[in-house]
Amino acid sequence: MTQTDVRAVGSGLGRIEGPAKVTGQAKYATEQDDVQDVAYVWPVPATIAKGTIRRIDDAPIRAMAQVLAVLTPDNAPHLQPAEDGELAVLQSRTVSYRGQFVAAVVAQTLEIAREAAERLQVEYDVEPHDVELTQDHPTLYKPDQVNPSFPTDTEQGDVDEALGAAANLVDHTYTTPALHNNPMEPHATLASWDGDELTLYDSNQGAYSAQQTLAKLFGLDPAVVHVVSQHVGGGFGSKGTPRANAVLAVMAARMVRRPVKLALHRHHMFAVVGYRTPTIQRIRLGADAEGRLSAISHDVVEQTSTVMEFAEQTALATRIMYAAPHRRTTHRLARLDIPTPRWMRAPGECPGMYALESAMDELAIECGLDPIELRIRNEPERDPESGKPWSSRSLVECLREGAQLFGWGDRDPRPGTRSDGDWLVGTGVAASTYPAYASPSTATARAAADGRFVVRIAAADIGTGARTALTQIAADALRVSTDFVRVEIGDSAFGQASLAGGSMGTASWGWAVTKACTELREKVERNGEVPVDGIEVQAETSAEIEARSGYKYQGFGAQFAEARVNIDTGEVRVPRLLGMFGVGRIINPRTARSQFIGGMTMGLSMALHEEGVLDLAFGDYVNHDLAEYHIAACADVTDIEAHWLDEHDERVNPMGSKGIGEIGIVGTAAAVANAVHHATAVRIRDLPIRLDKLLGRLPG
Amino acid sequence: MRPFQFVRADDAATAVQTVTANPKAKFLAGGTNLVDLMKLGVERPDLLVDLTRLPFDSVDVEADGTVRIGTNVRNSDLAAHPAVRNGLPLLSQALLAGASGQLRNMATVGGNLLQRTRCVYFQDVTKPCNKRQPGSGCPARQGDHRNLAILGASEACIATHPSDMAVALAALDARVAVSGPDGDRETPLAELHALPGEHPEQETTLRHGELITGIAVPPLAYAERSAYRKVRDRASYAFAVASVAAALDVEDGVVRDVRLAFGAVAPKPWRAHAAEDALRGRPATAASFRAAAEAELAAAEPLRDNAFKVPLITNVVVRTLSDLAGETS
Amino acid sequence: MTIRVTMTVNGEPLTADDVWEGESLLHVLRERLGLPGSKNACEQGECGSCTVLLGGEVVCACLVGAGQAEGADIVTVEGLGDGEQLATIQQTFVAAGAVQCGFCTPGLLITAFDLLNRDPDPSDATIREALAGNLCRCTGYEKILDAVRLAAERAR
Repeated sequence: MTQTDVRAVGSGLGRIEGPAKVTGQAKYATEQDDVQDVAYVWPVPATIAKGTIRRIDDAPIRAMAQVLAVLTPDNAPHLQPAEDGELAVLQSRTVSYRGQFVAAVVAQTLEIAREAAERLQVEYDVEPHDVELTQDHPTLYKPDQVNPSFPTDTEQGDVDEALGAAANLVDHTYTTPALHNNPMEPHATLASWDGDELTLYDSNQGAYSAQQTLAKLFGLDPAVVHVVSQHVGGGFGSKGTPRANAVLAVMAARMVRRPVKLALHRHHMFAVVGYRTPTIQRIRLGADAEGRLSAISHDVVEQTSTVMEFAEQTALATRIMYAAPHRRTTHRLARLDIPTPRWMRAPGECPGMYALESAMDELAIECGLDPIELRIRNEPERDPESGKPWSSRSLVECLREGAQLFGWGDRDPRPGTRSDGDWLVGTGVAASTYPAYASPSTATARAAADGRFVVRIAAADIGTGARTALTQIAADALRVSTDFVRVEIGDSAFGQASLAGGSMGTASWGWAVTKACTELREKVERNGEVPVDGIEVQAETSAEIEARSGYKYQGFGAQFAEARVNIDTGEVRVPRLLGMFGVGRIINPRTARSQFIGGMTMGLSMALHEEGVLDLAFGDYVNHDLAEYHIAACADVTDIEAHWLDEHDERVNPMGSKGIGEIGIVGTAAAVANAVHHATAVRIRDLPIRLDKLLGRLPG
Repeated sequence: MRPFQFVRADDAATAVQTVTANPKAKFLAGGTNLVDLMKLGVERPDLLVDLTRLPFDSVDVEADGTVRIGTNVRNSDLAAHPAVRNGLPLLSQALLAGASGQLRNMATVGGNLLQRTRCVYFQDVTKPCNKRQPGSGCPARQGDHRNLAILGASEACIATHPSDMAVALAALDARVAVSGPDGDRETPLAELHALPGEHPEQETTLRHGELITGIAVPPLAYAERSAYRKVRDRASYAFAVASVAAALDVEDGVVRDVRLAFGAVAPKPWRAHAAEDALRGRPATAASFRAAAEAELAAAEPLRDNAFKVPLITNVVVRTLSDLAGETS
Repeated sequence: MTIRVTMTVNGEPLTADDVWEGESLLHVLRERLGLPGSKNACEQGECGSCTVLLGGEVVCACLVGAGQAEGADIVTVEGLGDGEQLATIQQTFVAAGAVQCGFCTPGLLITAFDLLNRDPDPSDATIREALAGNLCRCTGYEKILDAVRLAAERAR
């Protein structure tokens, strides 16, 4: 074995699949050129928000040349019941939201499938719908728990009394709109049956769980379902579990006895793949004269659908951020005739921290304190809720070191007093946080006689750099150079593995890879040499992960923003963003930096641009394309920096790493909103911060 | 997309003849709007006549200074042409503020003038729209209209015209050259687009089969002192929320002449005649500029979510004219 | 109802038969000519993922009709390198960490390649404006800018 002492973890190893991606050779779901004789599927979305399908006039469509099949609730294969109600595609005639798939057309060519789908006449019995989330919505209820399994409400002490007695009080309501994940690659599936065996090339965040879910749904033995997801064009939560596209593709391929491709159109994505729930959040903070919090109250109203319950954990971060003897969080859901909201990058933390960190800025002003100092004064020694010690917590260091790099020191706190030409200028800060989860995974490591290694794990690389980071982790555990290690991912055949979600991919997979590779190395060392047919080791991490307790595992960060607001137009620009993070060991600085900056940019996009515009009459998000639903473009991002502390956390996992995929988006919008306030003295409590909300309120 | 026939025109006369003969035929140029609308099912032509081989692809400056621009000149080429870049800053700026590099390379002059509204209801065939389906209703009035019209709209339709280029051309008194079944004619750009009234489906005064072959921009002595200011939600690559094209001629602190046009506030590029009239002979001060904008916007009929366009346009007029006045003084 | 389309793609004459007039150049490249490098992410010219060079100019292939592409000279991401060696801009995209999920990458590479052909030493503002029509949801654009700067530097 070619042993090395040079550690790969911590080096900026180039993205393994980079060359394939820059030459167009990386094959995404529907790009498998070895699958021949493919037909195309185009779904038919409902044009009503609530009601029942009365009749589908599919005869003229079936008669069209090159149309192979029309799938409707009348002929669709019967599916097994699923926890995820959105998977019950074409299982009933009930329409639960506008845009829900009510049929699909399969044809020889994509254009014919699409034209036929658009011509299909569907008649409905329409019922009145209710799609508007309001703070006092009559259907508001308390879910049994919030995602994934947290208490819905928490309470310690006497919040109301403490708020009543507080020297400084902040009581405001903040709202965030529906936000749409919009990965650049629309959800896509290529489904191919070979006898009773099914292969799915699918764009998802976890091939193994997709296999398990779909096998169960179709009543199949998972062993005959093979899910391959080599390259995935982004997900941001929306590909965490299979969506309707995968279900329809499997049905269609069975029906026409040919492989089929189904790539969603961007328009479809605004209804059927999930989005971040809009939120209405009332925050009350009580503090003494020195800014020490006595009470924190965070009451969240958000939505779910009639298809299934989805309860975003919006107030979760508020439970752990700051010390206060009296504290309360609540979540209430309105069940509306809208698409089911799902996970989007940092679900819970992202919208929740916009509200909390805006309120903290308001409290700092109320107390006459610097907002960094306010946060430092309320730093909890332990997790305020569970009383557990932190495995590590570096919020204060992040604030201090970030402030220094950003040049916070000489900041004049007075709002609305600085300008540069036609632009008002201000700066803002907010904290970031995200849990350091891990989930059991299985890895197989194999040594070949030629000194090379292959590691297999059903990880997903949705752009994060997982393939690259795992190669580094494997190389270190094997004590060889990365040149000798090939990591294979994105294949359900590799066994159970964590999703690329919850920022726990690298921790979960890396843990299993470390275990498998360490055992393999020891075995090879014991053996003395690798036999001709190689040595293989499989490792699984349930026991290790179950044993993890006694500490609160959480990453922290601080984000700084400079905002400029045009005095005439209210246009907002953010010329500068700086993030400082304390997230354990960074496996790969090159891919990590991109993850942070990408998250911060999505946070900037949330702050300034993103909003699903709901039409109350039709019940859909009407700006359902990239022309009308703006995401930040190149010119919106000027100077953006991400830094990290050298945080050592031996308790969190064997790599000492905390997840970094989501923390970058947490707090960004608050930092921007706080900077806008500092620039203009106008507090925007409803995102996005668009010019029409500022115009007419700017200092003259 | 509905099946259609595709032919390439080799000369204008044949193109006009072919489209005239088929009521469901359409001219196709850069395709950036028409192809998109065909995919959406909003446009469903039987026949597309591709104009891109026609020879209308030059920019010529005539002896009197008139700039003649062929209809096939791409937006990117037009913006870069010296006669435009140096002589007509407002037009160059408007062109470069539009869309993206890719789309400017594809989009033509004629196509840009004839592009259709971005109203989300117009673009969604599953919803009513008086423009797309006369008499079906206008959901925008109650629905999403943040970026729709405050001027020139009607009960039936509040759509806005999305072009940047056309706003600059409106300020420049451009004329549109048209070739049709009955021969060639020229029409002021101001008369190309129709206000919706009760017939929002009639967007232009062109008859079926009439083809825009080019535009003529007459000389304007003070065109070099002009600007196009576009306000948009994103720093780049977004349709305007409001825009102002302006040219200003000031002598001894008094406005001798002025051109003003607004974008993204009306169903057509909105030439602000009332504002211009209010300004001529007035002192070139912020107060006059504001009064002029207010004179134009007195006719505004804002709705729930687009009332901000009134102060927005006013502020942009004041700023743009003040900057131009500063340049000239 | 269907046509034959002949184009020069990445220097090679290619023909697609039975093409329906309504198909886009993007569809012909991806589904008929075996060149899936150019991506379909919005189908309306709003994201730039399908950017190709057509007659030497960047366009959105999703908005070009197959008929309009007849006889055209096309360059896609598959044609940027010479088979053995990556083009400079491809190398710097990898080196700078400008690639994440990779779905916007082909379009961005074509746009950046075109920019550097026209302006070998672009300012940051020029780069940002040139790339404005290419949306990316992963990177925050910062490393893409680095890649373009680095390619310009290497060409000097």
